[in-house]
Amino acid sequence: MTATHKPTALQFDCETGNYHTFCPISCVAWLYQKIEDSFFLVIGTKTCGYFLQNAMGVMIFAEPRYAMAELEEGDISAQLKDYEELKRLCLQIKRDRNPSVIVWIGTCTTEIIQMDLEGLAPKLEEEISIPIITARANGLDYAFTQGEDTVLAAMAHKCPKEREKEERSAIPKLLNFGRKKENVTQDNSEYIDHPSLVLFGSLPDPVVTNLTLELKKQGVRISGWLPSKHYTELPVINEGYYVSGVSPFLSRTATTLIRRRKCKLISAPFPIGPDGTRAWIEKICSVFNIETKGLEEREAKIWENLEDYIKLIRGKSVFFMGDNLLEISLARFLISCGMTCPEIGIPYMDKLYQKAELDLLEKTCKKMGVPIPKIVEKPDNYNQIKRIYELKPDLVITGMAHANPLEARGINTKWSVEFTFAQIHGFTNARDILELVTRPLRRNNNLKELGWEKLVKEEANV
Amino acid sequence: MKLAYWMYAGPAHIGTLRIASSFRNVHAIMHAPLGDDYFNVMRSMLERERNFTPVTASIVDRNVLAQGSQEKVVNNILRKDREENPDLIILTPTCTSSILQEDLANFVDRAQIDMKGDVMLADVNHYRYNELQAADKTLHQVIKFYLEKDKKQGELPQRKTEKPSVNIIGMSTLGFHNKHDCTELKRLMKDLGIEINEVIPEGASVHDLKNLPKAWFNLVPYRELGLIVAQYLQEEFGTPYVDITPMGVLETARCIRKIQQVINEQGANVDFEKNIREQTLHVSQAAWFSRSIDCQNLTGKKAVVFGDNTHAAAMTKILTLEMGINVVLAGTYCKYDEKWFTEQVSKYCDQVLISDDNAEIGDAIALLEPSAIFGTQMERHIGKRLGIPCGVISSPIHIQNFPIGYKPFCGYEGTNQITDLIYNSFTLGMEAHLLEIFGGHDTKEVITKRISTNSNLDWNKEAQAELNKIPSFVRNKVQCNTEKFAREHKFSTITLEVMYAAKESVEA
Repeated sequence: MTATHKPTALQFDCETGNYHTFCPISCVAWLYQKIEDSFFLVIGTKTCGYFLQNAMGVMIFAEPRYAMAELEEGDISAQLKDYEELKRLCLQIKRDRNPSVIVWIGTCTTEIIQMDLEGLAPKLEEEISIPIITARANGLDYAFTQGEDTVLAAMAHKCPKEREKEERSAIPKLLNFGRKKENVTQDNSEYIDHPSLVLFGSLPDPVVTNLTLELKKQGVRISGWLPSKHYTELPVINEGYYVSGVSPFLSRTATTLIRRRKCKLISAPFPIGPDGTRAWIEKICSVFNIETKGLEEREAKIWENLEDYIKLIRGKSVFFMGDNLLEISLARFLISCGMTCPEIGIPYMDKLYQKAELDLLEKTCKKMGVPIPKIVEKPDNYNQIKRIYELKPDLVITGMAHANPLEARGINTKWSVEFTFAQIHGFTNARDILELVTRPLRRNNNLKELGWEKLVKEEANV
Repeated sequence: MKLAYWMYAGPAHIGTLRIASSFRNVHAIMHAPLGDDYFNVMRSMLERERNFTPVTASIVDRNVLAQGSQEKVVNNILRKDREENPDLIILTPTCTSSILQEDLANFVDRAQIDMKGDVMLADVNHYRYNELQAADKTLHQVIKFYLEKDKKQGELPQRKTEKPSVNIIGMSTLGFHNKHDCTELKRLMKDLGIEINEVIPEGASVHDLKNLPKAWFNLVPYRELGLIVAQYLQEEFGTPYVDITPMGVLETARCIRKIQQVINEQGANVDFEKNIREQTLHVSQAAWFSRSIDCQNLTGKKAVVFGDNTHAAAMTKILTLEMGINVVLAGTYCKYDEKWFTEQVSKYCDQVLISDDNAEIGDAIALLEPSAIFGTQMERHIGKRLGIPCGVISSPIHIQNFPIGYKPFCGYEGTNQITDLIYNSFTLGMEAHLLEIFGGHDTKEVITKRISTNSNLDWNKEAQAELNKIPSFVRNKVQCNTEKFAREHKFSTITLEVMYAAKESVEA
């Protein structure tokens, strides 16, 4: 690798892959909430079910629109017929919940026994007349948030083309009948004429509104989001449309949109942190030849308002153990805030899809005059903990398996999964990121007089 | 294939990992894909464990799928042996490795050659056993392995201890109130003048297992974990065992009498009757409670009990025999051991339900309309939906069921804790019911939590819609802050832009 020879450039390392992360099937937890008329059926074993039940905690009880198709010994040894079994379960789901789409989540087990979900789906779809989407979100191939990527990539195939969409929207048109025409034209005048833009990545609705509004200020119109609030409202995606990702873990979706739907990908840093958000908007505008207005002041204003948080972390160091692929963007933002970062662990690094983000990271390090972090793909948690003991970072961003043990050893931690569930995108939510990042440090400020940092007995030296 | 939303007992490997991580200096290596090591999260979160959970994964990925694990598993075992020097490494199969059918036993044999510690393969089939059965089997496997090894090396002690002594078998990590039960049982034994020989697996070292035959008897407080070991020790060394769960006043007394019999048969000559009487009448408050007016009010009230075998059976007996409550349904999810459960409770309840389908249990509860439920976290949520109070008496459990305060279920202090649990569940239910009849504490509906309501601010349609999307528990705060911001900046209408501006400003 040529990059390693230049000390100022990014360094990439790859370890053993013995690290802790969530199974990618966890994506059903946020996707079923996002896509309100969906039902997620995870086809796997007790192991998968127990994970969801424990990882999702309270949500499991709120009559979730997801369930396990639990494979039994007969399914594994092919004594039972997959098609008939799935049909029985899907009919039951149709009867009880009547969803607009059933998403099948393939797991490690379906991979190993080579259950042909992609082959079964179209047949069954026709027979029970509910669309079925198949996503292979398994732990053999993917980590945590990449689960969303596999689902959205599969969903990209189901986005309508112009003609279909018109047929589909016949009913809403009927409902809009008589709506004042001025409203519609007035709307249009606020936008600059540019090719259609579809954004991809699942975000909570308030964040969607927020980012839509941010682009509207620049005269950019978003013609749709993948995913939408309802499956029935999936955006039209035609050849030649522009697309842009809002999260760093969506490389398969991006690839699908480019290759299969013939879209043009706007490769930009991700709208996480004010620096990222500005760079993201600027990149989109530059592609459409739009001159941005007021962005610099907007960013400056946000930074100014973050100062009370930033002064808590300026000059401190942060170590990412790596488990959700948001690491590069978060590290870049925290370096912008004045932190240093010796290591960014990350499950998987798509240097092409994240190119603009990586460039911005490098630029940010130079601007802030701090060393460029080492990026460790497929990290080894055991080695990382050794490095943490040596480096003594002020903050470790890590999974729950390591958080309490590290805290007991006097090392501050922030649970990484919170970043996937909190609202972190756009100018407005920069504060929320820092709220999370500074929480352990603020807690320490409150408790610092007590002298209770290390709460484990000295371990015997081997 | 089975449509499942919830499961009562976890997969087999969880049971194995619970045993491995209960022992001191034993490490488990899972042969599993990425993400299957969430056991570490459960242990670290639920038990608030300060130490790293001694479980790592030897990751099964695409390459393993294509070419087999080859050296990977062996290397991972050897690496862990070097890094942490465990006494024992347990290679743990998962659902994935069950179907891959790799020869894990062979990996273990190969690794053993180059290791300082011991290594074994947990012999549990994912598709045949659940968490509880697997834990039971793994514990047996470990005990047998070490006792046979020590026997071969002639290291087994030949004689029993001088004074009567006991092994407490079945205390494990992530067990329901296990830590507190363990302390309480130790205390109980001390009161009876019985020495604690060994407690397994929690906190035990594999080097101490050779001492197990020194005990006069074994106590197995939980039906689910330890019975196989106790039976093994009886066959191998003639050590008798007591498997009466000392939960509730009557059962605790029965357990103590059995202990008396067992040690007297070995020449102890003790009489615990006075002790039982003293404890029952004066230390435990449960006997007095059942006499008191409070408990009188509970007479004939309907309750449903559901949980694992041990707790559901004990609870059913306590409710019926000690408090005069009418148990309309007692059930367990331990389907593999249903005969035992039916035998234990059928005299004390109207109906027995053996099922691991939470919908079936939910439907039964809805139909029976009990005044209180005693069950797992699942039943607690069923109760919430139906407006019926629920006391949690058994796994599966959440973090709130790992209390920091001392809350045993076993022994005499356990009877006090259980009494509180039962009484609080029922009175809460009664109180809610009375409130409903009389229209609540405060019949005037509070319209807003804010002090000032007559703001002249106008929320436009989009902003109002956005506000409504915010989860209810923070909505008020957001509304307040936004309005404060709007007033300060002289906005008369709150639009989406104002909302975001408010959020971005420091003042908000």
